[in-house]
Amino acid sequence: MSWFKDWTWPGRLQDKGIIGMNRRNIRYIGRYNSRRLYPLVDDKLKTKLLAQQYGITTPVLIGTVTTQFGVKHIGDMLTGHNGFVIKPAKGSGGKGILVIEKVVDNQFVKPSGAHLTLEDVERHVSNILSGLYSLGGSPDVALIETLINFDESLMAYTYEGVPDIRVIVFKGYPVMAMMRLSTAASDGKANLHQGAVGVGLNIATGEALRGVQFDRPCFSHPDTGHDLASLVVPQWDTLLNLAASCYEMTGLGYLGTDMVLDRQHGPMLLELNARPGLAIQMTNGEGLRRRLDLIERQPDGVSVAKRVAFAQHHFARKSELAGTPDTTTASA
Amino acid sequence: MSRLPFYVIVGLLLVAGIATSVHRHLQFEIPWVPGEQRQVWEIEAVINFNAQNAPVQVDLALPSHQNGFRVLTENTASSGYGLAYKADELGRQAQWTTRDAAGSQQLYYSVQMLVSPDARPPIQTPPGLASTTPWESPYDSAASQLIDRAWARSANNATFTRELILDVNGERQGESARLLLTQETPSALIVRLLNQAGVQAREVNGLMLEDGRRRQALSSWIQVFDESVNQWWLFNPITGEQGQPDNLLLWETGGRAVLEVQGGTNSRVSFSMLTHHQPASAAVRNHYSEDTLLNFSIHSLPLEEQALFQTILLIPIGALVVVFLRVLVGIKTSGTFMPVLIALAFIQTTLPTGLIGFLLIVAVGLIIRNYLSYLNLLLVARVSAVIITVIAIISIFTVLAYRMGLSAGLTVTFFPMIILAWTIERMSILWEEEGPKQVLIQGGGSLLTAVLAYLAMNNPWVRHITFNFLGVQLILMALILLLGNYTGYRLLELRRFKPITDDEKPL
Repeated sequence: MSWFKDWTWPGRLQDKGIIGMNRRNIRYIGRYNSRRLYPLVDDKLKTKLLAQQYGITTPVLIGTVTTQFGVKHIGDMLTGHNGFVIKPAKGSGGKGILVIEKVVDNQFVKPSGAHLTLEDVERHVSNILSGLYSLGGSPDVALIETLINFDESLMAYTYEGVPDIRVIVFKGYPVMAMMRLSTAASDGKANLHQGAVGVGLNIATGEALRGVQFDRPCFSHPDTGHDLASLVVPQWDTLLNLAASCYEMTGLGYLGTDMVLDRQHGPMLLELNARPGLAIQMTNGEGLRRRLDLIERQPDGVSVAKRVAFAQHHFARKSELAGTPDTTTASA
Repeated sequence: MSRLPFYVIVGLLLVAGIATSVHRHLQFEIPWVPGEQRQVWEIEAVINFNAQNAPVQVDLALPSHQNGFRVLTENTASSGYGLAYKADELGRQAQWTTRDAAGSQQLYYSVQMLVSPDARPPIQTPPGLASTTPWESPYDSAASQLIDRAWARSANNATFTRELILDVNGERQGESARLLLTQETPSALIVRLLNQAGVQAREVNGLMLEDGRRRQALSSWIQVFDESVNQWWLFNPITGEQGQPDNLLLWETGGRAVLEVQGGTNSRVSFSMLTHHQPASAAVRNHYSEDTLLNFSIHSLPLEEQALFQTILLIPIGALVVVFLRVLVGIKTSGTFMPVLIALAFIQTTLPTGLIGFLLIVAVGLIIRNYLSYLNLLLVARVSAVIITVIAIISIFTVLAYRMGLSAGLTVTFFPMIILAWTIERMSILWEEEGPKQVLIQGGGSLLTAVLAYLAMNNPWVRHITFNFLGVQLILMALILLLGNYTGYRLLELRRFKPITDDEKPL
């Protein structure tokens, strides 16, 4: 019966308030996310234009390339920009994203140190347009955005990639948050199933609750060795307000918002997800059920600030990292 | 957001499904289990010909009681034709006649044959020896040479026949046999040689019974009369094997033509067949005659369509297996209902051949698709190229299997090629994006689902229930609706979320 130890009972998951895939699909996505709103979040260009309308900060758009003809003019578009990101509008799972850290002597330098020529960049854009990275291979549009200079305080917690913060927003209330730290194992990508570290965040303060890699608890970043307990996301209230206001922006009731922290511009919206995954429950060590039930009982039409305050008051938790023998107490 | 209408619909479906099934069970004595019953073959012959504005007479040979089979009921459908059944010592015939017919004509004859091992043909009369037309030179010497050789190597009529068949059709086929075969078909030649040697023999036509087969033709067999036991022996004219296979129904035994059409051209007859089980009591009585609304059953359809429906009615079972595995277990498959179509192919190919064929085709397809991705094609063109690749792979495998004498390999053509092409395309993209591990997980999941769906769909009890009780479809619908409303955990989530429940222990 040794294989049995890898399994648990439904009752115990129920006690923890864990939400399964079926419940997420029927009770939350099916009920609160209208199908006609999906294109707003599945196309990053649409999301970006909408965000500008609603005054939500996003990385500055340098330009878009929509035709193969336009690929030739990309060199002109990029002059004067030192670091930038090229991404497909309809890409998923971080595919097709090219990050250029700086430009040295007309050579484009990636974070890994690899050098690309202008032709390489043009070919990448051309591939994006022909649909190499989009769902179902449909023709796509390439977005060129300024590079995010992520906050120094988070530098020590990541390996190569940009750490992003996922906040689940339910009916406009931020219900749960986590930070995804890329590792060598995840190849600089912030995908949890590829080996990135997920850190559950306290909704009240933005402090780390617990860290998880490959579904197992971890207390420090596997590559930089930095202690996770001391991780605090700066400008947490602004970030939550930004995430919560995405509800008004899209109308989607069950929403995953991906945010980043820029050195100058503060929290920024990176992308939205109408079918956010359930791994956030693992990183928080807690199920979503109780929080979602509480929010469902709240009336509609509450202002963004009140919703954030409500969430911060009700979903506050103590860190599990603090108090473990090999870590120091997290500072607020 | 009331769920009441939903449960009302599910309830109605369940009640209606159960009620119609119970009604069929009580009214028509169709048992719930396929055991302890008599097997009945329904065979339908369709005669097609073009009439030429003239009187038409069609004679079709009919099967009689014989070893292993008993005729239960027979029906014909032929509007505008007069019909007469005739019987003489050579067998039974149906004769359709009409004064004036034009254009394409279709006549139907269907018969129910009860499988009964102790059935015997009426009386065995030794026929008079057919008058043999003498051979012309040089065929006469070749014929007598064949007869002499076989005669020398045999002890009685049966062994003589076997030797003769081997000389004409087998590996021992010599020059004289090849010469004679330019004059006659193999079976006719063997019968003629037997008669020439004074052995009473005739060519008969039989139908190999296989469930759900359509557009079948009769095959030719040879009967030899043995005076010592006053009985006809049956020989396979290809292999020389003696004895009647269990699933061979002798359709025409008088040595006459199966179909004769006067006043028409391009005539041909083809056969469809289907087997089902009936309780011994009901098998005797023909209960499909009264077609009321409540007797709503596919058994009122022509046999060819019934055979088609037998498969179609199994698809909901496969769909239920897929819904069950995805919603309750959480298995990932590539393409939602692809496993059902693969399972349908497995029914045709049998499981081991199907599994090997599927794995071979997908593996080779993936390698070729890998090269196609370097060409950087648009999606539709790429998938089309993969479809052609799949067809090429299937053709090559079929020819190779045939050359190596693996007749089972011929069945790979039953695989749905477009579905296979999409499977290969999806797997290939998955490989590039998520790595080979995901391909194994989803490919394995698909295959596991397909095998389970196959086992469910190929189960004799499931086949019996779905085919005989249409109400079961409503019950399946209700079950699938209920599963679509399930918000609980999937089985595999009990493993995925296990670490969360762990850390309560140390506290």
